[in-house]
Amino acid sequence: MNQISIDISRATHAGASDALHSADIKVFGRDVDVHYGTKQALFKVSVDIPANAVTAFIGPSGCGKSTFLRCINRMNDTIPTARVTGVVNIDGVNINDKSVDPVQLRARVGMVFQKPNPFPKSIYENIIYGPKIHGLARAKADFDAIVESSLRKAGLWEEVKDRLHDAGTGLSGGQQQRLCIARAIAVSPEVILMDEPCSALDPIATARIEELIDELRQNYTIIIVTHSMQQAARVSQKTAFFHLGTLVEEGPTTTIFTNPRDKRTQDYITGRFG
Amino acid sequence: MSIALSLPARASTDQPFADHLKRRHRREVIFIVLGIMATSVGLIALAMLVVDLALSGLTRINFDFFTNFPSRRASQAGILSAWVGSLLVMLVTASIGIPLGVAAGIYLEEYAPRNIWTNIVEINVSNLAGVPSIVYGLLALGLFVYGFGTGRSIFTAGLTLALLILPIIIVSTREAIRAVPWSLREAAYGIGATKWQVTRDHVLPAAIPGILTGVIIGISRAIGETAPLVTIGALSFIAFLPPSPVTGTFPFISFAWMFEGFTVLPIQLFNWVSRPGQDFHANAAAAGLVLLAVTLMLNAVAIYFRYQLRKKLKW
Repeated sequence: MNQISIDISRATHAGASDALHSADIKVFGRDVDVHYGTKQALFKVSVDIPANAVTAFIGPSGCGKSTFLRCINRMNDTIPTARVTGVVNIDGVNINDKSVDPVQLRARVGMVFQKPNPFPKSIYENIIYGPKIHGLARAKADFDAIVESSLRKAGLWEEVKDRLHDAGTGLSGGQQQRLCIARAIAVSPEVILMDEPCSALDPIATARIEELIDELRQNYTIIIVTHSMQQAARVSQKTAFFHLGTLVEEGPTTTIFTNPRDKRTQDYITGRFG
Repeated sequence: MSIALSLPARASTDQPFADHLKRRHRREVIFIVLGIMATSVGLIALAMLVVDLALSGLTRINFDFFTNFPSRRASQAGILSAWVGSLLVMLVTASIGIPLGVAAGIYLEEYAPRNIWTNIVEINVSNLAGVPSIVYGLLALGLFVYGFGTGRSIFTAGLTLALLILPIIIVSTREAIRAVPWSLREAAYGIGATKWQVTRDHVLPAAIPGILTGVIIGISRAIGETAPLVTIGALSFIAFLPPSPVTGTFPFISFAWMFEGFTVLPIQLFNWVSRPGQDFHANAAAAGLVLLAVTLMLNAVAIYFRYQLRKKLKW
């Protein structure tokens, strides 16, 4: 506990010097190590995620950015060989603590995956599955309302309102991904994790998702892993650069892209490797 | 652009390339011919079997054949006790073997930690699939008939055959579950489903068509089994039916039938075929036709269910 309070003071101290950091820190990691079997994937990663903003994780393949993302909703728990140590803190609670139920955590921290993965059910059923298992609604009218508001927030309502009972998998790739975003929104999370949400999409669908991300940050804290530096620059307010399992540098997106401190960051964003 | 266009143009006029291409196409044709031959061996053998059975047995198949008990006179002998016995034994086998096998398969694949113990269980399950069926009969004789005192009954037979098909169902359940894409589980975990919810709501519905395939294979295997049932003491001549499962008095359902003696179609068939005389051999052929038909019918039911369940999935 002692360590956590020190870390919070560090975060607020940094915030005083920077307009972005003066925003509330919603999520932070301290000295997070992740092992998959005998292989260490993450080394002492510490990072602050501001509330109601988009934070981008960038870095070359295998640098650990997705691994860290999956620490924030304890998705690594589903991999038997994975072992996570260190502190991941959301709203002052260390989610790696034994008392935290990952099921409850994942209702607060939604996730959107690299490949759109709607359930092989109807659009309607895709949206209501989360609210149903969490007991957020009982009456059909409530479910109907959740479906409409989630799809509206995900910018998909107009396209699918006449075929809510058609298969979610029958939609185009970009629509499927927005359906997955709507599915995540339906349980009213506070944080949304996005693991390369546009890597399987064409440029137009990508632009549509990026617009959506920008709208969503009003109400949600968003963390996006991306391979595209342009995307990070377009959608995020804060960027963290990972390399070989370590966090090299974090800061306001404009600073990272115009004036990086570390040579590795500079080499990566100028396209010298990665 | 010019490179992309000129490369195949040059290559296709290249003599070695063209020769090689011809060889490649020829191999394709050779494989197709071999494949058709391999497929027809199985089909022709099956067709000959059915035709042979039909030629000698079809004349015996009439209404009386199904409603008569076995008799010393071939022309009056029927398979009533045998087909009723087969159906009742299958009922017990399916209602015990399928839930046990599917539950074990789900546990081993989704829940069990990967360690030396589960590896041992896994090896044993695969080995069980290869144990000769008569050994199951011996086990059942010692364990059920003498140990638990369940008698030489329909219940014992169903239990024995359930054990026999258990490994088949476990293995096919595990394979069907393993084929469900990981991304589907992640999607459900990602919105806060518990492991059981992930399994029940997403993994199982996606895996059920594959599980049913295993069930079909298992039941088809069980219905043709003779050796283990002879071992536990199935009767070969039986001129009565077990009591009806539905009764006229409260509570209207009776399980007394489970503890009756029984025979099944393959035993009846064997019994007739081992008798001298052409007449009884015709009976055996007719019983063989019925056994085939019953197997096909059970499969058809399972395939219909599989089709309906697949349609419900909206991949």
